[in-house]
Amino acid sequence: MLTYISIIVTAIFINNIVFSQFLGICPFLGVSKKTSSALGMGAAVTFVITLATVVTWLLQRFVLDPLELGYLQTIAFILVIAFLVQMLEIIMKKIAPSLYSALGVFLPLITTNCAVLGVAILVIQKGYTLMESVTYGVSTSLGFTLALWIFAGIREQLEITELPKGMQGVPIALICAGLLAMAFMGFSGIKIG
Amino acid sequence: MANKWKLIYNGIIPGNPVLVLLLGMCATLGTTSSAMNGLMMGIATMVVLICSNAVISMIKSVVPDKVRIPAYIVVIASFVTMLQLIINAYLPALNATLGIFIPLIVVNCILLGRAEAFAGKNGVVDSICDGLGCGIGFTFALTLLGAVRELLGTGRLFDCVIYPEDYGMLLFVLAPGAFLALGYLIAIVNKLRNLK
Repeated sequence: MLTYISIIVTAIFINNIVFSQFLGICPFLGVSKKTSSALGMGAAVTFVITLATVVTWLLQRFVLDPLELGYLQTIAFILVIAFLVQMLEIIMKKIAPSLYSALGVFLPLITTNCAVLGVAILVIQKGYTLMESVTYGVSTSLGFTLALWIFAGIREQLEITELPKGMQGVPIALICAGLLAMAFMGFSGIKIG
Repeated sequence: MANKWKLIYNGIIPGNPVLVLLLGMCATLGTTSSAMNGLMMGIATMVVLICSNAVISMIKSVVPDKVRIPAYIVVIASFVTMLQLIINAYLPALNATLGIFIPLIVVNCILLGRAEAFAGKNGVVDSICDGLGCGIGFTFALTLLGAVRELLGTGRLFDCVIYPEDYGMLLFVLAPGAFLALGYLIAIVNKLRNLK
């Protein structure tokens, strides 16, 4: 039990995927102008990361490892993720059109989100079991959603702030992200187990 | 020939992938804890970019339009895998420092972006020049950011001591420093572009 709690707290706060591992920065900067779209993106990413982690873990364990095809990991994983995102889009269009239209814009973007491939490779490197991998995947994406949501709140305020011309847009966003990352460093003192 | 130089130049200064187009942020922030790491990551990405640009421009007439993105991704992923195996065999230390960011070159937006915007429409030689230009631009930005962070953080530049480490701000080597340094770099670039 303690392992799972440790994985969850570490993935959300201590090793936050955006602020300390630098994965998923593109959507973090791109889709964080409004809190509502930030939550939508977070939900879509959570869904895809969880699904992709399960599928790639099974692929690695039951196909790549027994056949000693470990070197095909990168190609196999990226194809599986691209395929999953495409499938998900088609299925959701049929089954849950309202959810599809809510997430619609964000879904195709997720294939190029390095957080998805990053988590899939990391759980293999860390040697997690399937349950641990799923826990890690879910809590990492919760950490991503949290980061995106906090950041969107800050950017909504930034919109109405007067800034020097060169600082507007991405530079000030990056500097705010730096300050947030500093705040998240405070969590690194937490020790579990 | 002048045309080729223009292609290369365009990738380095006016269309710099990191400082102007803001692509490939994850690798930029994640691997620039020192100037050397930034340089190595830049070169690794440049090699993949040149090779994938060349191959994609060769196969562009054979690939049906509908499946071009998956096809491009497979080409890029193959080159990344080759690079990963080569680095693993000959430069194990580099493999340890760059870690997960080597396989993640696959999802670097610069590669797919250049494939879609340039290599899928132009000839082989032009595409190689474009890849070279963008690669140099990317390497330049990463090395610059790495140098700034290393200098401010540890007082060293390419491992040569510039001032004693005690006066360094360790923050710049850690995660927040990456965001801060890149933010100010882009602000400076914006300022210079506004002056023109």
